[in-house]
Amino acid sequence: MNRIERVNDFVIRFANVNGSGSASANNLFAQAIFRMGIPVSPKNIFPSNIQGLPTWYEVRVNEKGYLGRRGGYDMVVAVNGQTLLKDYNEVASGGYFFYDSTRVLPDECQRTDITVLGMPLTELCNEAFENPKLRQLLKNIIYVGALSHLLDIEFSVLTDSIQRQFKKKPKLAEPNIQALEIGLNYAREHFTDSCRLSVVRRDLLTDAIIMDGNSATGLGALYAGATVAGWYPITPSTSVIEAFERFAGRYRIEDETGRRKVAIIQAEDELAALGMVIGAAWNGARSFTATSGPGISLMSEFLGLAYFSEVPVVLIDVQRTGPSTGMPTRTQQSDLIAAAYASHGDTRNVLLFPCDPAECFELTAQAFDLAERLQTPVLVMTDLDLGMNDHVSRPLVWDDKRRYDRGKVLSAEQLDALETRWGRYLDIDGDGICYRTIPGTHPTQGAYFTRGTSHDEYAAYTEDSGAYERNMIRLLTKWDTAKTMVPEPHITIRDPQSKVGAIFFGTTTHSAYEAINRLEEEGTAINTMRLLSFPLTATALDFINSHDMIFVIEQNRDSQLKTLIVTDNGILPNKLVPLTNFDGMPITADYITEKLEAGLAVSTTTTGGSK
Amino acid sequence: MSYTRPTFRHPEQQRNDKGYFRRDYEGAISTLCAGCGHDSISTAIVQACFEMAVEPHRVAKLSGIGCSSKTPAYFLGKSHGFNSVHGRMPSIATGANMANRDLLYIGVSGDGDTASIGMGQFAHALRRNLNMNYIVMNNGCYGLTKGQDSATADKGSAGKKGTPNPFESIDLCELAIELGASFVARSFSGDKQQLVPLLKAAISHNGLAFLDVISPCVTFNNTATSTKSYQYVREHSEATGTFDFIPLQREILTRYEPGTTQAITMHDGSLLYLEKLEQSFDVTSRRRSVDKLEEAKENGRLLTGVIYVKPDSQDTHDIINTTLRPLNSLDQSDLCPGSEVLAAINENYR
Ligand SMILES: Cc1ncc(C[n+]2csc(CCOP(=O)(O)OP(=O)(O)O)c2C)c(N)n1
Ligand code: SF4
Ligand SMILES: [Mg+2]
Repeated sequence: MNRIERVNDFVIRFANVNGSGSASANNLFAQAIFRMGIPVSPKNIFPSNIQGLPTWYEVRVNEKGYLGRRGGYDMVVAVNGQTLLKDYNEVASGGYFFYDSTRVLPDECQRTDITVLGMPLTELCNEAFENPKLRQLLKNIIYVGALSHLLDIEFSVLTDSIQRQFKKKPKLAEPNIQALEIGLNYAREHFTDSCRLSVVRRDLLTDAIIMDGNSATGLGALYAGATVAGWYPITPSTSVIEAFERFAGRYRIEDETGRRKVAIIQAEDELAALGMVIGAAWNGARSFTATSGPGISLMSEFLGLAYFSEVPVVLIDVQRTGPSTGMPTRTQQSDLIAAAYASHGDTRNVLLFPCDPAECFELTAQAFDLAERLQTPVLVMTDLDLGMNDHVSRPLVWDDKRRYDRGKVLSAEQLDALETRWGRYLDIDGDGICYRTIPGTHPTQGAYFTRGTSHDEYAAYTEDSGAYERNMIRLLTKWDTAKTMVPEPHITIRDPQSKVGAIFFGTTTHSAYEAINRLEEEGTAINTMRLLSFPLTATALDFINSHDMIFVIEQNRDSQLKTLIVTDNGILPNKLVPLTNFDGMPITADYITEKLEAGLAVSTTTTGGSK
Repeated sequence: MSYTRPTFRHPEQQRNDKGYFRRDYEGAISTLCAGCGHDSISTAIVQACFEMAVEPHRVAKLSGIGCSSKTPAYFLGKSHGFNSVHGRMPSIATGANMANRDLLYIGVSGDGDTASIGMGQFAHALRRNLNMNYIVMNNGCYGLTKGQDSATADKGSAGKKGTPNPFESIDLCELAIELGASFVARSFSGDKQQLVPLLKAAISHNGLAFLDVISPCVTFNNTATSTKSYQYVREHSEATGTFDFIPLQREILTRYEPGTTQAITMHDGSLLYLEKLEQSFDVTSRRRSVDKLEEAKENGRLLTGVIYVKPDSQDTHDIINTTLRPLNSLDQSDLCPGSEVLAAINENYR
């Protein structure tokens, strides 16, 4: 048998039962790799259930820093009887299958191409611990102890992590460390030279953090000065607001009074959630909501109101698998069209696409500036994979010299100094963005009637076609202005001669770069553009115009980004080649590589082999 | 279309305590049907705000969609207004109020806007006791979409189309009491004597003041067979009692008989004197108020006046303990923890 032999480069999958306390053991494992300075990416694949259904935790270890999903499992740790057989069959040839041997393996398990490592986890655990609740938790810690032997994880890193975790309750640290030792000792005795996967300290992550995207997003909103949040619980966006609330509890308490410098309202539904955000933003507070696909559908009418009445709102869409309720705990990038063109009538909304926690923080903060600058909804499009999983990321940064850009808001003094008649929807700068006022600012100046009905330059109701059209055309001018304000794409030209390109965004980024690097190593150069926003900037359009064949890699069935690019810019659809994955699992580098190779092969045969 | 009112000033016009004229509280000329009840309510709002010397720029008026929801254009022209979407005024008002707790929020809605499409938002603004005046201009029909029955149309009542409404009606006052409103009143657009002081009491109330104002639709629901017609309402209303609203710092001129009057001190110190028709009625008792509504209904009467008051209620801000400073007045130094704190936060994720 050819055993897989790799250092700092493998994928391990844990198969557990939901609600059995496996999360903290698995986190402990991933954190240990991180603390040994090796890039690591854990992904939770969990059911829409609170207790009892299967759940998996995939950890990719990769010292080159490829942190997207790779595809395939070099080792499986199986502690869920329900899925044991499936887990067994999914181990890569030459890989390792670690299981709880308190129960014998079923007869079907006859593979000769994998190494089977049995350890009586339940038995060992029950011998050592009395408390039934503790037993369930510690069984998981025992296998982490065993893995530290099998994979050469520094044991002190694990014990340090435990001590850090239970700093405030040292009593709880004790049994955890005992469990680690039980696993370690058993493995030492029974498995000698059994496993050729290993980790070696690299200290590659001196500055990095490991964080879930939703916490970074919530923190971004806090730093950006959001004071009002309206929301309705929905996976996978709930933890954005929970993070915001958690950080607000620490950093938004008024010293003298203990009162809160924030108002977070759990609304009756998503309609009300966005209504609150619009009301607050209209009244001069930075405000936001976080939701997922079903919420976007419900918020549609209100998004149209905010677009047409020009109220700056920030909306975080942590996308999940649609349509309808879809797969609530699986990931996708499938709300693009719904978000970009939300609501009836002609509407267009600004979208931002973060790809890691640092960008969740930065782009969320930037969304508030953009929304106020442009007086329009800005939607930060993340997804379940980014939002709910921990990701290794550069640290979050905030420049203290940075000032909130509140956009064109007239103060009482500015209203007094006006020489001509002010019009809420009067474009005097030619950029499509007009001056707004906040209620209560001035005793006699600047009051107007905000409405979703058609209005003229002075905010008066009108059914005059000319006035209506002028307003709609001005909104297009504003859209053009948006193209100069949104963040630029990240473009990498690997070969200036190459006419083949690839476009992707968000969580597709990591696997896409890995796949394209693999092709480059084999001599095929694909130039890349990672989009950070919609609409596309002039630079982004240049990239598209200077390539003949461009793969658009995204995680939805209908090539939604491609549609946006084509529709908004009049690009010829044929040069954009869809490369989609929509199974609800984060896209893998293996899959992208295969599809790119296939796509390039087709183009070579049909076009006669140009590069 | 909105028309601006010509500016002429009557020489005798008086200023209120804050120096404003009555016309400072007026809005654009109404485009509603002549005789529409909604216009009378607008006039009553103008009068109440003028007499209470509310500063126009410290008021935000909000509405949903419907003939009723158009009225904010026709009163308080110097105030900011927000005509939102159908049934969603309460959430806009909630957000606005969260952003600035110092303004007076006047929300206007219709019976369609509130009792059907907006029922959810209505209910939840009530249970959070949002500090606002929530006025339903109740005509028992959808005026703007040409007269369909609304959910407040009484069973058996028939409008212009002549078909009696076959369904049970929703009593918004009763519902409001049950859902946690802290001030509930009903009135009639044709009874300014009652409506103006009710509006004033609502203005001085802290928390959600709900006003169900029967407001006949002359075009679609003012028929002899309708229970929301001018005539029917006049003939069938029965007040909980006559009452006086005495704003803070006004002298009390009338002598109120103890025993037959109930005095209530409002949040801002104003006084509400209720001369009761019935000895045992206590407007601060939720249970008695609901009973009273049901009793009147059994007798085929429409109960008007102050129906329920909880003068010392906690509004949303009190409940969630927000700062007393308006949130929209906080600046970056108040809100942004800065780079040093961020460095420490990063450390927690290593
Ligand atoms: C989402 C949506 N659905 C339907 C309508 C159409 N619509 C406009 S006003 C209205 C009913 C208004 O009735 P009510 O609130 O009682 O106001 P009134 O006109 O009677 O004062 C309806 C159904 C709309 N504007 N929006
Ligand atoms: S249709 Fe009815 S509710 Fe609408 S303006 Fe006319 S009278 Fe008033
Ligand atoms: Mg109506």
